[in-house]
Amino acid sequence: MKIVVCIKQVPDTKGGVKFNPDGTLDRAAMLAIMNPDDKAGLEAALRIKEQTGAEVTVLTMGLPKADDVLREALAMGADHAVLVTDRVLGGADTWATSTTIAGALRNIDYDLIITGRQAIDGDTAQVGPQIAEHLGIPVISYAEDIKVEGDSVVVKRQYEDRYHMLKAKMPCLVTALSELNTPRYMTPGGIFDAYDKEVTVWGRADLKDVDDSNLGLKGSPTKIAKASDKVRKGAGEKVTLDPTESVTYIMDKLKEKHVI
Amino acid sequence: MGLEEYKGVFIYAQQVDNEISPIAFELIGKGKELAKDLNTEVTAVLLGSNVKGLADQLAVYGADKVIVVDNPLLETYRTEPYAQALTAVINEYKPEIMLVGATAIGRDLGPTVSARVQTGLTADCTMLEIGDFPLVAVPGKEDQQKHNQLLMTRPAFGGNTIATIACPDNRPQMATVRPGVMQKIAPIEGAKANVVEFNPELKENNKYVEIEEVVKAVGNVENIMDAKILVSGGRGVGSAENFGMLKELADVLGGMVSCSRAAVENGWLAQDYQVGQTGKTVRPNVYFAIGISGAIQHVAGMEESDIIIAINKDADAPIFDVADYGIVGDLNKIVPALTAQLKAELGK
Amino acid sequence: MDFTLDKKHEMARTLFKEFAETEVKPLAQETDETEQFPAETVAKMAKYGFMGIPVPKEYGGQGCDPLTYVMCVEELSKVCATTGVIVSAHTSLCIDPIMTYGTEEQKQKYVRPLATGEKIGAFGLTEPGAGTDAQGCQTKAVLDGDEWVLNGSKCFITNGKVADVYIVIAVTSITEDKRGRKKKNFSAFIVDKDAPGFSFGTKEKKMGIRGSSTYELIFEDCRIPKENILGPQGKGFPIAMHTLDGGRIGIASQALGIAEGALERAIAYTKERKQFGRSIAQQQNTQFKLADMATRIEAAKLLVYKAAMAKATQKVYSVEAAKAKLFAAETAMAVTTEVVQLFGGYGYIREYDVERMMRDAKITEIYEGTSEVQRMVISGSLLK
Repeated sequence: MKIVVCIKQVPDTKGGVKFNPDGTLDRAAMLAIMNPDDKAGLEAALRIKEQTGAEVTVLTMGLPKADDVLREALAMGADHAVLVTDRVLGGADTWATSTTIAGALRNIDYDLIITGRQAIDGDTAQVGPQIAEHLGIPVISYAEDIKVEGDSVVVKRQYEDRYHMLKAKMPCLVTALSELNTPRYMTPGGIFDAYDKEVTVWGRADLKDVDDSNLGLKGSPTKIAKASDKVRKGAGEKVTLDPTESVTYIMDKLKEKHVI
Repeated sequence: MGLEEYKGVFIYAQQVDNEISPIAFELIGKGKELAKDLNTEVTAVLLGSNVKGLADQLAVYGADKVIVVDNPLLETYRTEPYAQALTAVINEYKPEIMLVGATAIGRDLGPTVSARVQTGLTADCTMLEIGDFPLVAVPGKEDQQKHNQLLMTRPAFGGNTIATIACPDNRPQMATVRPGVMQKIAPIEGAKANVVEFNPELKENNKYVEIEEVVKAVGNVENIMDAKILVSGGRGVGSAENFGMLKELADVLGGMVSCSRAAVENGWLAQDYQVGQTGKTVRPNVYFAIGISGAIQHVAGMEESDIIIAINKDADAPIFDVADYGIVGDLNKIVPALTAQLKAELGK
Repeated sequence: MDFTLDKKHEMARTLFKEFAETEVKPLAQETDETEQFPAETVAKMAKYGFMGIPVPKEYGGQGCDPLTYVMCVEELSKVCATTGVIVSAHTSLCIDPIMTYGTEEQKQKYVRPLATGEKIGAFGLTEPGAGTDAQGCQTKAVLDGDEWVLNGSKCFITNGKVADVYIVIAVTSITEDKRGRKKKNFSAFIVDKDAPGFSFGTKEKKMGIRGSSTYELIFEDCRIPKENILGPQGKGFPIAMHTLDGGRIGIASQALGIAEGALERAIAYTKERKQFGRSIAQQQNTQFKLADMATRIEAAKLLVYKAAMAKATQKVYSVEAAKAKLFAAETAMAVTTEVVQLFGGYGYIREYDVERMMRDAKITEIYEGTSEVQRMVISGSLLK
């Protein structure tokens, strides 16, 4: 069995958000980490590997420095790593990203593709299902549990107030939630081995059945009209009022903000 | 085909167990505003099995038209038949805007359909408006600025950045919209839906997955992470009994009570309700920090809240450094008075 | 000369740091308070290979270098010096001599389970009457048929009782030189925990590193197989000294970690703590103290890493190890004392980690050769 896990290198927006003195994001100071949902997906794949002897390949699209997360995945136990990187792929939205990754996946044998549900920088949850759509395979999103049964996967699919046990024939794509598991640590020896391994690097020319018009910034249907950092909350107003005035003050604020 | 052939604002009217999800009404509410600017109508797309009877509810909340796809294959949500149905509706009726709720269903259906109809999709929008793209015309290229575009605004980077996105060259312009953000309209009692039944001729294929089991959550498990409004208490609240006061305030606002570590350590509230580094990270619309000093460990769990209102008798409490509105005063007097005032004004 | 770490060492540090923060730090205070050996943490470390970092893969280890091992002890000690010394004593004092002096059979039998962390290792040289002066050792080993019979005791043994494998130094003969002075000849032995006649005395109650299990080892006609002698008979003293050279690098890393951990806390605290209307970090007295500490720590780090590199590339690294341990230990003591001072009253109460760090730091100036012994080693190399 062959599993491909799609991972993304993201700034650590959860633990380590850093700000410039003007309140904007200090992206350079933020740690680049493996996206948490993707890491859970990788852990799920590694557990399947332990049970079935599956071969696990990790794939990422990004800048050359995304090599770091591929090495991390190798150090956790993945067998192979592919980096898709090319200047023409930059600025891609989810459509162009999923087109690119699908183009890379067409070169790889797979039974199961696992992606994270969403990345903590974009939070879109779109790339996984869109890859499946481009490849013409079934998708199961929001997996809380993944099991392999013969030629199928059985997935616990989370919804707001319930879950469904879904069974899909492979090949298929599953998007993983962080709640799926607690990912293992790397091992020191795994790290040393990871740096001895070869990471396959692919560019535009290596993508299969992909039209230029669907790649990169130009191939992205969605365009950014405006982007601004939400200025970090500093201290707001502080008032000292008697109880009655305090109530009026809070009521005014709740109305002003359309809470009531 | 020209983009101008795409007309109308469509919303996906999500139903689960043949019950319309609130997001559907919220989308109609927003859709009405957009439709007004575009001088067009709002159409709700209702997919399911035996769902025709639900169409009037959509009219009550303002849908001008309801397209119904009624098919046994659509009884329980699955990506493929739903994607086939919605794709067929889009291809048949060619809306210029297609809105979907950013729910566990919509965030699966939206991307699949957008890829299938080959258009862009903007996720988890919190603001939608009609405007120009680019926002300001490039000098000398005024004629290239496009008008009547859907401008979709969403948070990214864990809420640390805000981006406004357009989809100028593809139709429909698709967005998923965060539940609880848009306002539904006041119901038009007795409104009857203008129903159009549509048969997308669903075909089972390799992408159909099998549903082995559906397990619904038992009872109403409260989770402070889901609350839109949190009334949170700390050491300053003083006792378990005093948390009753906070509960009353939370009830009148439709929120929940949460607390700091000190409250848990004193046994006033269970650990499930603890906000902070060793508790939960919450992002409600409004966070009341009552009698909470604001240790860094607590702040880490709530600083992403949209609005933070702090009440504390210590003017130097660090909570005031993160609060949008800070009141230095006696919580024992302010909280009950606020609850009473809210009750009076909200007619509860 | 390049002082930057390569990518794999950077990533190894990330791993150790993440593990330390997530798995070790939350238990540090409790470990100190209850004086309980953190067995669950050790099991987790074993699972991820931390118990055999510099051991070749063919012996069940991770196949990394001494520098990686040093960074592991350093990062663990930043949050919990107890956990740091457990790994250090196990790796440097037990695995390392078997790897260096052991036969192939001994390596297969002992190193493999130690490197995987299935077993824990310890080392016994010190005796009630023999600390810095090893010639005072009383523990004897006598060959009786196919067995060595050990009698005597060892004290202050790190990982005592929790360890499964002990390297024990004992007198195997006494010779007289030309002037008639008696000289004890030592040999090193590998003793299994369940060897007959081997037992443990009382557990020591310590000032610091209170979760580490420190026991007296008692040998009463303790019988071990003949083949459990480690290295040539009579070479126990050089084996012990060479082992301690490696051990000192481990303790130097522990000391470095303690100092770094204390500085990190000082930075965070002084930024937050307000006095006279501004944070104490805004006061020049604080700033200068932080600067001095950071500089001193950096110097210690360079010495420790240099010693680790020397261990990787040189046969003899006594002086490098002695300098690293001397300076790092004294840095740890000075920095933690200074940080407690910066914390004021909060520094003196147990709720804050720095109080524990100051207690933990002291031992690094004492065990595996006191600072005075390190000075002897260093000056000895200058004046030979």
